[in-house]
Amino acid sequence: MKYAIIGAGPAGIEAASVLAAHGKEVTLFEKAPSPLKNIADKAFLFPNFAPADEMVQTLDKKLQNELITVLYDTEITDLSRVALTGTVESYGDYAATMPQSSFAIPSEWKLTDAKGHTYFANKVLVTTGYTPFDAHRKEELGYGIYKGIHTSIEMEKMIRHKLFFLMIRRPPRRIVFLQCVGSRDEKSGNHYCSKVCCVTAVKQAIEVKKLLPNTDVFVFYMDLRMWGQGFEEMYRQSQETYGVRFVRGRISEASGTFDGRVQIKAEDTLMGLPMKMTTDLLVLMVGMEASEGTRQIGHSCNICGDYGFIHTIDPHLQDNLTSHKDLYAAGTCKRPMSLTDSVNDARAAALAMLDS
Amino acid sequence: MNNFSIYVIPFCTGVLLLLGFSVLKYWRWIKRFDKLQQAIIRKNIWSWKFLPAIWEAFREGLLHWRIAKKNWLLGYMHRSLAFGWFLLIVVGFVQALLAFPDGHPFWMAIFYNYFVHEDNLLVFPDAPLFADIMDALLLYVLSGLALAVFKKLWSRPLGMKRTTRHTPLDRVTKFALWCIFPLRLLSETATSAIYHNGGFLIQWLGNGMAGIGIADPYFEYICWLLYSIALGTFFALMPFSRYMHIFTEIFLIYFRQLGVRDNADQKSGYTMFELNACSRCGICIDGCPINKELDITNIQGVYLLQSIRNHDWRKRQVSIAENCLMCDRCVADCPVNIDLNVMRRHVRIQNKRPIDTSGNYSYLDTVQPFNAIGRVAYFGGCMSHLTPGTTEAMERIFQAAGQKYWYMDRDRSICCGRPLLQQGFTTQANELRRKNTELIVNSGATMLITSCPICYRSFKEEYHLPIPVFHHTEYIDYLLTAGRIKLRKSDRRVAYHDPCELGRGCGIYDEPRRILDATSTLLKTKDEREHSRCCGFNLGNTTLDTEEQRKIRNAALENLRQPNPDVIATACPACKKAFTRAEEFPVEDVAEIVAENLIS
Repeated sequence: MKYAIIGAGPAGIEAASVLAAHGKEVTLFEKAPSPLKNIADKAFLFPNFAPADEMVQTLDKKLQNELITVLYDTEITDLSRVALTGTVESYGDYAATMPQSSFAIPSEWKLTDAKGHTYFANKVLVTTGYTPFDAHRKEELGYGIYKGIHTSIEMEKMIRHKLFFLMIRRPPRRIVFLQCVGSRDEKSGNHYCSKVCCVTAVKQAIEVKKLLPNTDVFVFYMDLRMWGQGFEEMYRQSQETYGVRFVRGRISEASGTFDGRVQIKAEDTLMGLPMKMTTDLLVLMVGMEASEGTRQIGHSCNICGDYGFIHTIDPHLQDNLTSHKDLYAAGTCKRPMSLTDSVNDARAAALAMLDS
Repeated sequence: MNNFSIYVIPFCTGVLLLLGFSVLKYWRWIKRFDKLQQAIIRKNIWSWKFLPAIWEAFREGLLHWRIAKKNWLLGYMHRSLAFGWFLLIVVGFVQALLAFPDGHPFWMAIFYNYFVHEDNLLVFPDAPLFADIMDALLLYVLSGLALAVFKKLWSRPLGMKRTTRHTPLDRVTKFALWCIFPLRLLSETATSAIYHNGGFLIQWLGNGMAGIGIADPYFEYICWLLYSIALGTFFALMPFSRYMHIFTEIFLIYFRQLGVRDNADQKSGYTMFELNACSRCGICIDGCPINKELDITNIQGVYLLQSIRNHDWRKRQVSIAENCLMCDRCVADCPVNIDLNVMRRHVRIQNKRPIDTSGNYSYLDTVQPFNAIGRVAYFGGCMSHLTPGTTEAMERIFQAAGQKYWYMDRDRSICCGRPLLQQGFTTQANELRRKNTELIVNSGATMLITSCPICYRSFKEEYHLPIPVFHHTEYIDYLLTAGRIKLRKSDRRVAYHDPCELGRGCGIYDEPRRILDATSTLLKTKDEREHSRCCGFNLGNTTLDTEEQRKIRNAALENLRQPNPDVIATACPACKKAFTRAEEFPVEDVAEIVAENLIS
């Protein structure tokens, strides 16, 4: 039995380590030159403020297993089912006619990478993950046009460097976070909630307050979804201990001022008033979108669901199975998920692969 | 020789009814002209403007030039019916005049063959020639009629995907019209079977008919009676059906040439002429993006006019009038050049009247006046606030050109009023226009430049400002020609999207293209200039939901991406926002492309 995992993020690595622990040979395909691209530059993890580096190191260590082979710079562009005799089956017919349990012709997965190399595996797990929403698409928020407007990803990097670059320029007097940029947004076409931005903003606001206690921190939100264990407490703490201020309302537009700050126009929907505010930094909490790899695999195997995420059979009991036999999915390639959920999901996927 | 028969009565009644109702209607409409229109007519009525009017009426009313340009077969169909019938009547009158120099009743031209059998006896020297001409003309009309029948079955070869659904009255009238010419052929043949008169066609057919033994005066009489009834029915129904356009179009062309325009706020006499000049040809249906992408086929210009003319209940008129992007595509397509969107706005205004007077204008007075003597005024517009890339680029261009400017809505902005006007809120729009005019005039700025085609059209058409108004593409084009800015040529391939309000609305097609030609490689797209597709997010429509707007936008995007450009350029912030929302394909305003390639 050969196992292949596409994408060496937290989910991919976790699943690989579980499979390896059960004595299976696993090949990991990663299109970047190093693993864990999305969390490598994070500072701390919610809700316990554990340094992200620890997590990265732990996961990295799990890769040091002789049963796990990692192929970097290998972008899987096509996934198809071939019979062991060597003839390529027509994919759509296969899915439609063959019941999953009775598999007449012994066959396996053929993975083709961007350079044209082919690999074969019996079981494939897709962990191609997400990509942050491109804030340029919300031009009214001025990202990429005015100074002082950043995404939450960039903010996390800055926090990792203790806001060093921010401090040499000029210690900010005020920082504004804006929730739901590119998620729950009719106009950009993403109706879903990205799930992690609310708590990330609370976390980043606390970290900013820890580093710069005299800076005003505002968070503009539609509603705050503190769904996880410890999140609500963190939200409360941010207000009581750190004095972060939360404003219910959306920012409609942001523009630069003559002295290089940012002016925002918004509405405070609890007060029922329009407002203007000048800030040194505007942080856009960008949502999650299906990554390009996810879309590509989804299209090549016809398992593309809503918004380009991968569609699984059943969200409750068969959440790791796709409509194809021996093709599994885990992590944020299915829907927005926190890191915790993603890693757990990967373990579940590994078990599902071992079971069948 | 006899010159009366009882069967001419239906025809005469029809003609009298037509004349009576037409005069009555035209008189009522002319009385409804508002003061401005009356003044214009009085001023220009004795000028030479009737000469181009006659030429246009001949070209459009008879030859159907604009339709022929769209599709020559469709043009031929309309031309043969209109021009052919016209010639048939004219030549018929000449023929009757020559045959009866002492005078004759007016139906003689129509029923000439029944009364005059003595072709071969030389009533007048050129009689056989006339008979041949009349036959040829009848053949010409019949060929058009055949095409019309063919079009009803299969309209694609005539360049129309969809045709109009007509009202029952229109159908009856059309049936009467279609009967006229075959019945004329039949009647003349029946006469010819007995007397062997007529031209090459009728004689040949008459001999054939006599050959099979039908040479019966009673049959002949019935044929002529049916012909007369068909004519009479058509004429009697004409003032109440779409065929009222035949005469009304001539009046409309004349008034338009005199310089009369529609009243933007309410129905006027001119509106009535426009309403009745619509022949319901349905050419406006195919181009409409709401028909093309969403398959909604009951809201196009032709149905709006039909609904207004038929006095449909208000709810129906409103539902038609509200569901429109106001992209002006139908106005560009209309062969009669009817300003459909003005009439659409009339219905919207009527509908919004009860809530039009409400509104809070206190914020208007918080906008501070500014002394901008020696500067140009720059009005970004509300939509440009959502695309700060454009305004930023314009500021850089002003600086590069060394032009002092006043960015009048940088901080506090007042809407130009056009979005309100599009929805029918005239009182509210007037308040905004009053304040903006005051600000601009008092500032002393030398010209007004705007980045938004919606504002541009508003300032140009609805404001009557004492200073010139430019869209930024016009202004950049001027800067380039004057040598005040210099651009480097990049190797990017650009597809340009014509915004509705800038292109079809204000006729600005070449300026942005000249600019783009100077900085990049401009690609041709399939539907461009006046055929450009709406981006779907036009402010004219408030009834479509986002999903439907997206469909229209995707069709426009597909057209733009088809030549495989590196970047899509446009000159309207609303279009730009619509396209950037779609997916990650680079979309830039013309101003941004210019700002990137400035040589300072």
